[in-house]
Amino acid sequence: MFNEMMMNDEVREPYRALVDWMEASGPETLQQKRLEAETLFRKIGITFAVYGEGGDPERLIPFDLIPRIFTATEWRKLERGVKQRARALNTFLYDVYHNAEIIKAGIIPADLVFKNAAFEPAVIGIDPPRKVYSHIVGVDVVRVGPDDFYVLEDNCRTPSGVSYMLENREIMMRMFPELFSKLRIEPVESYPDMLHKTLKSIAPKRCDREPNIVVLTPGAMNSAYYEHSFLADQMGVELVEGQDLFVSEGRVYMRTTRGPARVDVIYRRIDDAFIDPLCFRPDSVLGVPGLMNVYRSGGVAICSAPGAGVADDKAIYTYVPDMIRFYLGQEPILNNVPTWKCANPDDLKYVLENLGELVVKEVHGSGGYGMLVGPASTKEEQATYAERIKADPGDFIAQPTLALSACPTFVESGIAPRHVDFRPFCLVGDDIRLTPGGLTRVAMREGSLVVNSSQGGGVKDTWIMAD
Amino acid sequence: MLSRTADNLFWLSRYVERAENMARLMEMGYRMALMPAAGDGNRSEWASVLSASGCAQGYDPDMPLRQAEVADYLIFNRDNPSSILNCFENARANARAMRTAITAEMWEALNNALMELRRTAMHNLAKTDLPEFIDWVKRQGALFRGATDSTILRNDGYDFIRLGIFIERADNTARLLDVKYYVLLPETSMVGDGVDNYQWTTVLRAASSLRAFHWVYRDDYSPYRIAHFLILNPFSPRSLAHCSEQITNHLEHLARHYGQRSPVHSLAVETYSLLTQSRMEEIFSQGLHEFLSDFLKRNQVLSSAIAETYYFGSQ
Repeated sequence: MFNEMMMNDEVREPYRALVDWMEASGPETLQQKRLEAETLFRKIGITFAVYGEGGDPERLIPFDLIPRIFTATEWRKLERGVKQRARALNTFLYDVYHNAEIIKAGIIPADLVFKNAAFEPAVIGIDPPRKVYSHIVGVDVVRVGPDDFYVLEDNCRTPSGVSYMLENREIMMRMFPELFSKLRIEPVESYPDMLHKTLKSIAPKRCDREPNIVVLTPGAMNSAYYEHSFLADQMGVELVEGQDLFVSEGRVYMRTTRGPARVDVIYRRIDDAFIDPLCFRPDSVLGVPGLMNVYRSGGVAICSAPGAGVADDKAIYTYVPDMIRFYLGQEPILNNVPTWKCANPDDLKYVLENLGELVVKEVHGSGGYGMLVGPASTKEEQATYAERIKADPGDFIAQPTLALSACPTFVESGIAPRHVDFRPFCLVGDDIRLTPGGLTRVAMREGSLVVNSSQGGGVKDTWIMAD
Repeated sequence: MLSRTADNLFWLSRYVERAENMARLMEMGYRMALMPAAGDGNRSEWASVLSASGCAQGYDPDMPLRQAEVADYLIFNRDNPSSILNCFENARANARAMRTAITAEMWEALNNALMELRRTAMHNLAKTDLPEFIDWVKRQGALFRGATDSTILRNDGYDFIRLGIFIERADNTARLLDVKYYVLLPETSMVGDGVDNYQWTTVLRAASSLRAFHWVYRDDYSPYRIAHFLILNPFSPRSLAHCSEQITNHLEHLARHYGQRSPVHSLAVETYSLLTQSRMEEIFSQGLHEFLSDFLKRNQVLSSAIAETYYFGSQ
């Protein structure tokens, strides 16, 4: 297992200044800082509700004070790799909703795309502004060695967590001003401006003025509501709910105190299925009836574009390296994790025989729900899961249990290594932009590999050191 | 501004103001209870406080009307929609639904108040020192108003916040006076004796206006003067005249800002004129209670008209 901080009993270069500081301060100071940080989080009101768990609807995500640090060289590789992926995924999306060249070329099976639940026939042939579907691509990256990074999955719809990247930094700067003045840590605070620029650059065809941008949220009960309001606030745009919007004469408007006001760009944090009850789920009360018609006619831009989900499906994931080669003529900079597709009989056989060593996921699942972590499961759990796989093999993929890197983390017994992953947020509009930073998630339980906040994972600040 | 946001801002400030007014009301009851009993010694301070609070109908009739029970009902009772705890819960829920429309300072003031209040609610109530708690609530109100005043843009959002404050405050001052006159001392013969004067000064205290009153009228604590101070005096920050003036100003500001005038504006001006042109003699001769009831009705109509004009529903 790769330890982010220690190698061969020596502190790795990027962590040296931090370790010196920690040793000089002593455990009491750190413990004190930790309590202060928690109070700050409560005060600001950053919370995360967990679906179906009841209890405190405004629970805190555990925040760990010890940052995860990348060198400038490591970051440059990640940056190029993430941007490459974001470009390929968007090209793929445009392709499958138009000529489907990649399918004609026999690189991806047609069924996998067209019969995919996330494929959206309603947007076939529509040209979204700048041909971009996924404007915010969250690429989940794990590390297994000094130079070995793998992409675990792509998030092309509405990846969340960027508010934690920004607030974690804010808290760290308040807690450790002396470290920030001494070390050269790349700032992340420009993200909201970059997001605003990106959204402005995708104004729809029929927009003849400075576009009016809004963030569309399902409401204050949503687990990521804090993030929705945070981003709207940082960009200086309205945070709206479905009930605030309506369609009239081919345009979208919001209800204001001075009457209707036209809306041009919608950064929606609502799933496809809910955005327009006339086009998708008729029982949705979160969306805006008629929105899709306006979208089709170029009266409004929607970010991410409806239908973008087909690119981050776990079954499609295995083909991303091929996409990069096909569309960009380049070799992938970041590798995929080797993946077995249970739809394939040989793979299925292998997976069933090796459940104890593999991580099995539902193709359409997200958030760490419904997965089996082989080494951490009991024989019974494996047997039950095997039945589920056999019932519908096409719904499952499996990957080796990676030895995720670990980063020192505050736990009950002191400071101990815990597994981490990393999600940078890539913006795609008139340009492809990437803030030097991202969200490091940490599995707080010893040995656990599940970092999802919905499963009790925590977060850390991520430092990219400047050259 | 989104109509929903205007709605949230309006109610946010109404709830904070209401919490504070509840506290002031209890301060009045607490001080009156320290007084030697009037007449036959039948103490009714807490019954009066309850009735002035406007939420007496939810109070369990089997419960005694003593400080501990009434205060608990007005502060912590989850079933009382206007309990101080619920006021802060509602205020924060409104704030949370439009985090983007308020500043971080406002949010923190409100969020901290609720967090602390929830902790207090978990402790044994008997241990809560009422005067100290009342001060705490007033301080939270002051902190929130201060944060609002020093950080928020002076745009339409500010107008909706101020409208909420003054609609609520006018309502409260009118109720306070009504209770004093109608419930506490129905027998006019008592007006003017020593106990009565003390009770009237208590009304001033409850309106945090004792010092202010002193500056204006020196030591003439006659009911006439006190009622004038809280109804017609435009310099008194809690008087109906002052609230009405503020409401009119902020509606005027909205009309200029939006370039649009509606019936709500004439409605506000009408009430304001009534208050600037009335004289205390007339009000007393018509009956203070009748005058206050009429005012409360007008204030309610105005509140609904504001919601209607700016396209938001009422909560």
